[in-house]
Amino acid sequence: MQFADFSEFIAMGGHGLYVWVAYGVAVLVFAFNLVTPMLKRRRFFVEQARQLRREELHASDS
Amino acid sequence: MWRWFHKLGSPKWFYAISGRLLPWFSVAALLLLVIGTVWALLIAPADYQQGNSYRIIYIHVPAAFLAQSGYLLMAVAGAVGLIWKMKLADVVAKSCAPIGASFTLLALITGAVWGKPTWGAWWVWDARLTSMLVLLFLYLGVVALQSAFTDRNQAARASALLALVGLVNIPIIKYSVEWWNTLHQPASLSLTQRPSMPAEMWVPLLIMVVGFYCFFAAVLMMRARVELLERERRTGWVKEIIREN
Amino acid sequence: MTAQINAVQQSVDKSGIFCAMIRRDMTAAFRHPSDLVNPLIFFVVVVTLFPLAVSPDSTFLRDIAPGVLWVSALLATLLSLDMLFQSDFQDGTLEQMLLSPQPLYSAILAKVATHWLLSGLPLTLLSPLLAMMLFLPADGMQALLLTLLLGTPVLSFIGAIGSALTVGLRKTGLLLSLLVLPLYIPVLIFASGAVQAAAAGLPIVGHLALLGAILALTVVLAPLAIVTALRISLSG
Repeated sequence: MQFADFSEFIAMGGHGLYVWVAYGVAVLVFAFNLVTPMLKRRRFFVEQARQLRREELHASDS
Repeated sequence: MWRWFHKLGSPKWFYAISGRLLPWFSVAALLLLVIGTVWALLIAPADYQQGNSYRIIYIHVPAAFLAQSGYLLMAVAGAVGLIWKMKLADVVAKSCAPIGASFTLLALITGAVWGKPTWGAWWVWDARLTSMLVLLFLYLGVVALQSAFTDRNQAARASALLALVGLVNIPIIKYSVEWWNTLHQPASLSLTQRPSMPAEMWVPLLIMVVGFYCFFAAVLMMRARVELLERERRTGWVKEIIREN
Repeated sequence: MTAQINAVQQSVDKSGIFCAMIRRDMTAAFRHPSDLVNPLIFFVVVVTLFPLAVSPDSTFLRDIAPGVLWVSALLATLLSLDMLFQSDFQDGTLEQMLLSPQPLYSAILAKVATHWLLSGLPLTLLSPLLAMMLFLPADGMQALLLTLLLGTPVLSFIGAIGSALTVGLRKTGLLLSLLVLPLYIPVLIFASGAVQAAAAGLPIVGHLALLGAILALTVVLAPLAIVTALRISLSG
């Protein structure tokens, strides 16, 4: 372990702001890349289920 | 051999196989990234010149690698789609673009943030950062062109051509930016001092790089799968999948 | 218009296509002379903005002159790219051109050559006047002319690729700039660098050789990309 305690870890020898901003932005980028396809997938299935219901309704009408 | 190539281009086959590969890549990515980050932040020693801000390298370098490989993959996939009219290649190229662009942005931001404690400025016009900025512009151009077309196939072909034109230009751009940089900043330090890294420093870097690549593969597959579902939503196998959900 | 295209189609000789296309495009362009003058006026206005915005001090202007002149010429060229394919696309001539059995390579070469004759060349000829307004020394001025002469054709070719990719789209202006400007960067760096070096009294043979190499590469590769881009744009 390079740091004696937690507060030293956060401080990063005075460079804490820079290190944590960098790692923080990395977390955001990773989150963006994970979440967007998952949301798209969910939206797709919701939309298609709606379509399917609509088609079955029309089929039963005619 | 051509049968294998043709099978490779089948959306249904790709969906099935990526479904089985995805959990492996996801687990690998998670493990490697966690181990790498812990090692990077807690175990690796601080650089005697730059102190603890050096730890940004563990994000910046993998992101930069991904930014460049992502563009290469996007251009190659685009070329395959353009020449052999393979729908899957178009899908891969389209999925690469936003992922690659986001990692280019990450490389830029981490590079800039790293520059502040090292050189005292939030932005430096050094050769690597400037080249990465131009790479971001190239990515954004491809994304913008993609969304400007209404026809999906036309969009794929146009952005494939643009990606290829960009690919041919990248070495020329890099050379010109480096030439420009030596002219205006003769005594500039490189952001990464590669030769003088002991094992305790480059092993976590390697772990992070591999972890980033696994993450890229996983997320690319996720995007490509959704894109394929949307494109092929009228086919039987997709309707089956919709019914299952 | 169709009769003219038929006449072009009937000539089998490659140089015939080239000259015929140049003649046709020139006549078409001179019907709207204001379209030709606008980029030039833009060039002058943009250059004028810099002393107004920052400082009219001669030493300052002399320092930034190479960059300002080249960036302004670049932006003016960007503005003029509209004339390449837009009108031909709208009246269906472009489609005719792609369907005709005549070699498309010559036709495209002719179109880009016309574009350069009508935009790049006038910009080059106008540049000494603006260079004088920015106090560029005589050595720099010579370099400016040479680099513009070598560089503006490259700008026309690369611009034509972007123009061909966006010809069927609406609101192409900003998209075209985003696509084309990153590709312009190497030419800008080497040309502006050459003018700066010349103004400082240094030799620029190396710079000019590089620009010449870029021009040669562009003349060979760009038409292929332009033709492919046109086929893609017209397939929608």
